[in-house]
Amino acid sequence: MDLTRRNLLKRSSLAAAAIAAPHLWLPTAREAWGATLKKGEPIKVGLLFSLTGQLAVPEEDSTLVMQYAIDEINKNGGIAGHPIQPVIVDAKSDFNVYSEKAKELIIREKVIALFGCYTSASRKAILPVVMSQNSLLYYPTCYEGAECTQNTICTGPLANQHSKDLIPYMVKNFGKKVFFVGSNYVWPKESNKNAKIWLQEAGGELLGEEYIPLGSSEFGPVLGKIRDAKPNFIFSTVVGASDIAFHKQFKQEGFKVDAMPIASLTTGEIETKAMGPEFGAGHFLSAPYFQTLDNPTNQKFVESFLKSKYGKNGSTHYNMEETYLSAYVFKAGLEAAIKKTGNIEEVTSRMIRDVSGGVRVEDNVSPEGLIWIDGDNFNTWLKPKIGQCQADGSFKVVSQAAEHVAPDPYSIYPNAGKCTAAGLVAPDGKSRKNVI
Amino acid sequence: MTSLDIAPFANALVLGASIASIWLIAAIGLTIIYGTVGVINMAHGEFIMLGAYTSYALQSFLGLPFLLCLPASFVVVALVGLAIERGLIRYLYNRPLDTLLATWGVSLVLMQGVRLIFGSDPKYIAVPEMFQSNVEVGFASLSVFRLVVIGITALVVAATAWLFYRTRFGMQVRAVMQNKEMAASFGINADRVYMTTFAIGAGLAGLAGSLFGVLAIVLPTMGTAYVVQAFLVVVVGGGTLLGSVAAAGLTGELQSVFAFLTNDTFARFLLYVLIVVFLRFRPRGLFAVAKARR
Repeated sequence: MDLTRRNLLKRSSLAAAAIAAPHLWLPTAREAWGATLKKGEPIKVGLLFSLTGQLAVPEEDSTLVMQYAIDEINKNGGIAGHPIQPVIVDAKSDFNVYSEKAKELIIREKVIALFGCYTSASRKAILPVVMSQNSLLYYPTCYEGAECTQNTICTGPLANQHSKDLIPYMVKNFGKKVFFVGSNYVWPKESNKNAKIWLQEAGGELLGEEYIPLGSSEFGPVLGKIRDAKPNFIFSTVVGASDIAFHKQFKQEGFKVDAMPIASLTTGEIETKAMGPEFGAGHFLSAPYFQTLDNPTNQKFVESFLKSKYGKNGSTHYNMEETYLSAYVFKAGLEAAIKKTGNIEEVTSRMIRDVSGGVRVEDNVSPEGLIWIDGDNFNTWLKPKIGQCQADGSFKVVSQAAEHVAPDPYSIYPNAGKCTAAGLVAPDGKSRKNVI
Repeated sequence: MTSLDIAPFANALVLGASIASIWLIAAIGLTIIYGTVGVINMAHGEFIMLGAYTSYALQSFLGLPFLLCLPASFVVVALVGLAIERGLIRYLYNRPLDTLLATWGVSLVLMQGVRLIFGSDPKYIAVPEMFQSNVEVGFASLSVFRLVVIGITALVVAATAWLFYRTRFGMQVRAVMQNKEMAASFGINADRVYMTTFAIGAGLAGLAGSLFGVLAIVLPTMGTAYVVQAFLVVVVGGGTLLGSVAAAGLTGELQSVFAFLTNDTFARFLLYVLIVVFLRFRPRGLFAVAKARR
């Protein structure tokens, strides 16, 4: 448009009208925050995972299992009679794309909740968007904690839950001396801080701690150090492709699994299948879920998932199960919100989150058994289990927590304060919202 | 140093030789293509990846034993390289920046193509049981498979040196490298020399890939992990075969020794800093050949 006098006049009069009558032009706060649920219309949710790039291996499975869970919920009548409609995007393993796509899903697609991410880096990339729009993110896998936002719900184990049983179990069965190996980023380092506390309580001794660049497949130098240190077992937080190289080279370099097993937080069914079961056999994994869990709900879940069009990879993995749970946590939260307001059109993302404290997924739905969401920090109460990899690559559960373990995002940072539903309350009583 | 300290240190040197051999076999195809044809081949990592997938496919669908998969993946990836050279690269020889972009495009196409065919879940190459143990000689301990990689790398280097310095074809290649027009005026078909060299370079990357698939993992994105090391070796070496051998040996040993003395992450940092400093003073690498500007 040319800047002529007439245009200028027209525009400024429009602007004046807008200022004079703001209610005509500005959406109400509720609309701005994307309250999108309409009676009789599908419930839109965003699936924000990487379908290409380095992160595609775990995240493609997350997308598939979410679609499976949504199909299952829709087949059983949806949520309060409304079907869920997933909006699937590809985050391309690129943190900028994560943030862009999160914005697109929330603002343009007006989804009521996001399900997404597998790494802390991508979660931290999208959280500012999620928080500024007061939307809701279901983070469906394990992470390190040390976050207290009012817009996330996590269905995986926190660092304080993950290795709590594993370290004492390994010390008791294999000996006191341990070597830590991890990928070089935030989650392994924070997990190792937790593990050190459990190790101290169990009377163990830390012989060394090494970090490998993400994606590196050269474990020669680290295995050389482990050979010299002679630990009784290795505690591993190596992730992804590196993890597979680590287990392969462990065996190729002549290490014996009976004498020095690897106790991992990540090496599950998909990893052992990718490395070949002979490299995984004998090692240990701590997770809330294994494909071989012996209960009717899980047997039904495994059988019907693998038969469905989403089950082509042939396994159900702890990460997939945690993702599956997030769909049911969402369902329970939304139902609670509808019950509270009595009208689906008044439900907002934030309201779903606020009523999700204490929401339970019973053991007739949850393959890992009953779980519930903590009313303060909105992480999950669960029972960590320890599995040992068998010759065929499946896991045999050798130990299971007797009680549910509470999630505590600040367990190793008591000075930071306590995470509550309204924000992080510091020891001096000051409360801060959205701490990441 | 007491004798107690010497053993682990010597072990680190042995391991350094192994790391060097892995980096060298990753880089040798790139060396040939860059040194001869002058193409900065961004798709080199994907040629490595194709080699790994070729071995995987031949093994799991045709039941070919692993040792036969090695030459087979050389042939298959060489043919892919040939097709890419004929269909695309040969039109861009006089435009080095365009080859950079074009080969990068090729790398994306190959990565997505493999993902469409095989899916993005990791695959796995089985090897004979004898490759899954280690040997200990006195102080040193190394896995059999690392020894196999060292052996194959030595063979490949010897064969490449023979091909380029002892055969008629090699003489033609070197002539074209020095001055394409002059060589052409003596009746050498430069086009054909480029085509053959590119295919051989691609094939060698494929061979390396089938070894890496055993050491680590078979994934559509596996090539990116190796291509950086490969470029490093070529740049430090100066683009000649001898240069690459020396550069791989040096960087591999340094990486292993630094990692032994500090840790893996810091070792990498230190190595890269040293390389940057080195290139500041010797921008053309260790053994740069004098060649006519193309």
